[in-house]
Amino acid sequence: MTTIALLLITGLGLGALYFLIAAGLSLIWGLMRVLNFAHGAFFTVAAYAGWSASRMVVGASPDLQWLVAVVVAVVVGGVFATLTEVVLIRPLYARHVGQVLVTVGLALATISLVQGGFGSDPQRLALPAWMTNTTTIVGANIPNTRMLVIAVALLVFALLLFFLQRTRFGLIVRAGVENRAMVQALGIDVHRAFTLVFAIGGMAAGLAGMLAGTYYGTIDPGRGTAMLIFAFIVVIIGGLGSVTGSAVAAVVVGELQQFLNFYGAAGVGDFSVVLLLAVVLLIRPGGFSGAST
Amino acid sequence: MSAAAPAAAATMLLDVRDLDVYIGESHILQGVSFGVRRGGITGLLGRNGVGKTTTLRGILGLVPRTGSVLLGGDETTRLATHEIVRRGVAYVPEDRDVFAGLTVEENLRLAERAGAPLRYDLVYELFPELEQRAAQKAGTLSGGQQQMVALARALLNGDNRILLVDEPTKGLAPLVVRHVVEALQRAAEIATILLVEQNLSVAHKLVKDVVVLDQGRVSFTGDVEQLMGDPALARRHLGLAAVGSH
Repeated sequence: MTTIALLLITGLGLGALYFLIAAGLSLIWGLMRVLNFAHGAFFTVAAYAGWSASRMVVGASPDLQWLVAVVVAVVVGGVFATLTEVVLIRPLYARHVGQVLVTVGLALATISLVQGGFGSDPQRLALPAWMTNTTTIVGANIPNTRMLVIAVALLVFALLLFFLQRTRFGLIVRAGVENRAMVQALGIDVHRAFTLVFAIGGMAAGLAGMLAGTYYGTIDPGRGTAMLIFAFIVVIIGGLGSVTGSAVAAVVVGELQQFLNFYGAAGVGDFSVVLLLAVVLLIRPGGFSGAST
Repeated sequence: MSAAAPAAAATMLLDVRDLDVYIGESHILQGVSFGVRRGGITGLLGRNGVGKTTTLRGILGLVPRTGSVLLGGDETTRLATHEIVRRGVAYVPEDRDVFAGLTVEENLRLAERAGAPLRYDLVYELFPELEQRAAQKAGTLSGGQQQMVALARALLNGDNRILLVDEPTKGLAPLVVRHVVEALQRAAEIATILLVEQNLSVAHKLVKDVVVLDQGRVSFTGDVEQLMGDPALARRHLGLAAVGSH
C-alpha cells in the first residue's frame, strides 16, 4: 500500500509536468496546426534563466530565491515563445515543412547554446528546506516537491479552463481549434490569438522547466527535449487541441511510466507509453477527447 | 463609358472585377466581373462546380486571388479576411460551419463585433428556437437549426452592409426552407444580399438581379425574369435538368 501510494503520487507529479508542457503544445497545434518542436527549448531556456536569476538574488531567503526563479522562468518562457511565433513561425503559416525545420533548428541551436554557456552537467537548484522534506501519506514518505508540482499543475489547469471557458479570447481559441477560416470570416484577427496561445504555451513550458528542476533537484540542458517526446505523446493521446484531454492523458502516461518502470523491467514503462499511443491511434484516432484532428 | 455608367457605379455596393482564382493547378475563376446593387438580393447562379462558392470565398479573401473587389468603392483585395468582414461583410457558408463544440449562445457571441449595434431582438424574432436552445451545443442541432445559427451570426451585427449567403436551403426540409426564405426576405430589408442558390424556385422567389457563372466565367447578368422567363435562355445558362425542376 505504501509503495502504491508513493508510485501514485510520484506518477501524478510526473503527469503534472507532462501536462504543463502538453497543454501549450496541444493548443498551439489545435489552433495553428504548428508542430512546435521548439517547445522543449522554451522549457530549457526558461529553466536556466530562472536558475540564473535565483543566483543573482544574493542573501535572499531560499523561498524568495525559488519564487524569483519561477517568475523569471514563466516570463522568459512567454517572451521566448512570443518572439518565436512573431519572428519565425508567422512568415511560415501554411508551410508545414518549413515550420518543422525552423522549430527543430531552433531547438537544436538553443540546446547547443545553453550547453555552451552553462555546460552539459546538471546544475543543482537551491530549494527551500520545506521542499526537501517529505510528508507521510498512507505510510509513504512523499517528497513535498511532488505535491507542489501537482498543486501548481492543478492551478494552471483551472486557470486554462477559466481562460478557455470564460473569456472572449478563450472562445476565439476554442472556435479556432475547430475552424480557423470561419473565425476569420466572423471578422476576428486570428493571428492575435495565435500569438497569445504561443505566449501561454511558452509560459506554461517555462513553469514546467522550473518545476522539473524542483522535482528532480537539478536543471539540465537535455531534459526539455526528453520530456517533449512524452508531452507529444500526451497531446496525441489526449486529443489535439483539448486541454482537458491533455490533463487526463498526462496522468495516465505518468502513472503508467511510474508503475511499469517499478514493477516491470527497466524501460518497460517508457515502452508501454509508446504502445498506449499506438493502441489509442488504432482504436480512437481523435484521442481521449475525441477531437477529429 | 456611357453617361449612365458613373451613376450605375454609385449604386453598386460590391464591384467584382477580373477575379481570378487558382486552386492547385485548376483555374477556377477566370476573370469574373459583376456588380451587386445596393439593397435587395442578387442571385449568383450556375451549375455545380462552376465557381460560385469560390467567388464568395474570393470576395472574402479566403482563397488567394487576383483582380479587384470594391466594397462601397473601396478596394478590399489587399485586406485580410477579418478586415474585409469588419467593413460590413457577413458570410453564411455552404456547410453552415457552425462551431460544433460551442453552444448556440457562444456561436452568436463570437460573431459580435466591437462597436457594431447588435440585433439580438431581430435574430430571436426570426429564429425563436435559438433563444430556447442557447445553451445547447451547436453540433447537436439539426441541419435546419444549424442554418439558423449561421444566418443569425450574419444578421447579428447591425453595421453589416452585405451578406454573402451560400446555398442556405441545401439539404433542408421544405418547411425549414420556407422559414429560411422568410428570414432572407426580412434580411434583405436591412442589408444587401449576394445569394448562391441551386434551388431555382427559391432563387426565383428571392432575387431580382442575377449573375450566372459557367466554367469560371460570367455567362449572363440581368434581371431574373429575363432569365427565367425565357426557357431557352435559362436552359442554356442553368442546364436542362435545373430548369426542368424549377
